Amino acid sequence: MSAATTERQGRAAALLVSPALAAIVAFFFLPVVAALALSVTDFDIYALADLANLRFVGVRNYVRLAADPTFRTALWNTAFFVLVAAPLSIAVSLGAALLVDAKLARFPTFYRTVLFLPVVTTLVAAAVVWRYLYHPRFGLLNHALGVLGVAPIDWLGDPRWAMLAIVLMTVWKGFGFNMVVFVAGLRAIPPRLYEAASLDGAGTLATFRHVTLPLLAPTTTFVALMTVIGDFQLFSEPYVMTQGGPGDRTLSVVLLMYREGFRWWNLGTAAATAFVLFAIILALSALGLLVRRDDATDAGVAVGAHEAAHDGAHDGAHDDTRAGAPRAGEQA
Amino acid sequence: MSRARPILLLACLVLAGAGCSDARDDSGARTVEFWAMGREGELVKQLVPEFERRNLGIRVRVQQIPWSAAHEKLITALVGGTMPDAFQLGSTWVAELVALRALEPLDRPDDDRSTAARLGGDPSLDAAHGDGGAARDAVRADGGTPPDVTDGGVFPGIAAANVVDGTVFGVPWYVDTRLLFVRSDILEASGCTQPLRTWDAWLACMTRVHDGGRDRFAILLPLTEWETPVILALQRGATLLRDDDGRGDFQGSAFRTAFETYVGLFARGLAPRGGEAQASSLYQGFGEGLFSFVLTGPWNLAQFAARLPADLAGKWTTMPLPAPDDHYPGVSLAGGASLAVWRGSHVKHEARRWTAFLAEPEQQAALYRASGALPARRSAWRALGLDTAPGTRAFWVQLGNVRPPPRVPEWERIATLIGRRAEGVIRGEDTVDAALAALDEEADRILEKRRWLRTQHDTRDGTR
Repeated sequence: MSAATTERQGRAAALLVSPALAAIVAFFFLPVVAALALSVTDFDIYALADLANLRFVGVRNYVRLAADPTFRTALWNTAFFVLVAAPLSIAVSLGAALLVDAKLARFPTFYRTVLFLPVVTTLVAAAVVWRYLYHPRFGLLNHALGVLGVAPIDWLGDPRWAMLAIVLMTVWKGFGFNMVVFVAGLRAIPPRLYEAASLDGAGTLATFRHVTLPLLAPTTTFVALMTVIGDFQLFSEPYVMTQGGPGDRTLSVVLLMYREGFRWWNLGTAAATAFVLFAIILALSALGLLVRRDDATDAGVAVGAHEAAHDGAHDGAHDDTRAGAPRAGEQA
Repeated sequence: MSRARPILLLACLVLAGAGCSDARDDSGARTVEFWAMGREGELVKQLVPEFERRNLGIRVRVQQIPWSAAHEKLITALVGGTMPDAFQLGSTWVAELVALRALEPLDRPDDDRSTAARLGGDPSLDAAHGDGGAARDAVRADGGTPPDVTDGGVFPGIAAANVVDGTVFGVPWYVDTRLLFVRSDILEASGCTQPLRTWDAWLACMTRVHDGGRDRFAILLPLTEWETPVILALQRGATLLRDDDGRGDFQGSAFRTAFETYVGLFARGLAPRGGEAQASSLYQGFGEGLFSFVLTGPWNLAQFAARLPADLAGKWTTMPLPAPDDHYPGVSLAGGASLAVWRGSHVKHEARRWTAFLAEPEQQAALYRASGALPARRSAWRALGLDTAPGTRAFWVQLGNVRPPPRVPEWERIATLIGRRAEGVIRGEDTVDAALAALDEEADRILEKRRWLRTQHDTRDGTR
């Protein structure tokens, strides 16, 4: 290949890429840079009225955030939410995927659709219905507990229960998506591995532990990563259901950021909050990707014995990335 | 402005007028864009035909905005330069929008009218004009009779809520304040025979009511709302902020005493700590006698009438707030909705006519009939007989002694913190001392920019 051809190809490539690149610069990088600039100022309504009232404050917004008990509360709440909701969501969706994908299951498509429904329901509408379910005196949930002889719980009004109530609703709302991803992952496991396992005399549990789980590892990592990223951005559920209450127990970082920015118009502080959250998510994603790479190598070793499975796992991972793309966009 | 205007218009003409924002339609009428919140947005549309009939050449386009998003929408509209010419706003937002330079001062004579007449507006418009005299302390809208504060005009405390640094920025539309809704039958049964004019009498009565039944409270106070502690503090004479609204004054003795009284109501079991859950069953709880006092606002007059069981009619009433001393009634908060004109509007003159029209006693009365929103003008009260009617009579007395909270843009934020801190103490997570110290610290930090701006102004004025 001659140098001229390479250069021409390079130019053509640059030309083809440039519209997308321009869009990314205009709608992603520039706003991010602007937000970063905003986070080192004290932009507020006085600055909105007259830019002469804008002060450069360096890292003061960040320092104040670190010292702000409300921010710490929000951070702790969000961490608690992620720690409880993410594993629960993964477990529930894996369970649902196994059930839906089971050979004995009748009408799997029907169940898959039904279980996926919450994902496509409007969140606000769902939240309103859940508020009724959680109503301390007339809610269905407390009614059911009453039948079991449990005293009524003030789900959204009691600081001890409010976050769990939010967790429950979020898991219900989101597990369908992960379930579909898991089903795709399960389908990618070659049946011959199960046949081999049954010939070796493995029971259901042993098969699940030694065949299903390891081969699902890439899928699981992907699901976990997406769930954790999404959960860190918890906003709509507490915004609609509790407005962060009672006593800031359901105040998430994003809700705090929204309040700072659009209720009090402290855009400087809000931007700083956004960057702290960004840093946290970035660090966790990097960690997740590292783990995933390790997993992939592990899987490679494991599959060395069953050469055919290698392709299966890979395909599975491939599918996941594609399935995950719209979600990542939606979360952003 | 008035001089820049013809030039602007000329430019518009040159540019064929198409994209110019001078808000004229084909017939030459000028359109006033008006934003109203919630149900008012619906009801105000019924008043438009009468206004347009009286003011040929002015059209009004009403846009309905949900209350929950109103504040955000106004500010984003301001930033985006898409503000309506006139709009409704909560009276506590006035200071903030003034700081944003969004509001047209309304106590100056409207110097736009000659221009408007020249531009082909209906010349008869100007005949109705009041003189340009500046009655600064009275809230006057241009056109019509200036509403007099002292007689038949606006309640003084309500008028004050629309004044920032001596300038009038809002026309009071309807009013809102808080007082006591009371189960009179339970009070009677509990032996509260004396009129509740002082805190002492009130507290004694609440204790009697509380002792009168198992699992019974005396009063329902929404846990997260800042209004109750602030009202009690205002009654004690607290200024809430000090240093010319540059710092918090929550550790001062007036606020502290009031705050202790407030959290004491929960500590003594007179008020339930259940939080929002209780609030959601407000009507049921009041109907069952779970509590006999509710400190709330006029919107609940209609709600109570509609949602309480029918056999409770006549067994509940409203009552002005008791006072800590003998200056009955005790002060309450001045709130409500005002009408304002955008400073950047091209049809200020017309917008002011529209807001003046809505503020007329007859239109306020029409709004009351449709929505139950209490008129800001006393003459409208008298015309409707509200000053003597059961239910609203107590509001009439109460509105004689209302005061607005501090008029600084930061107030809403500080107020939210008061609610939060009070909630912390009530839940036992915090002590009174720690909560008040934290409040002062937070208020000082929030007001820091304000103090800085003041030093900037001082140095700027000094160098001149």
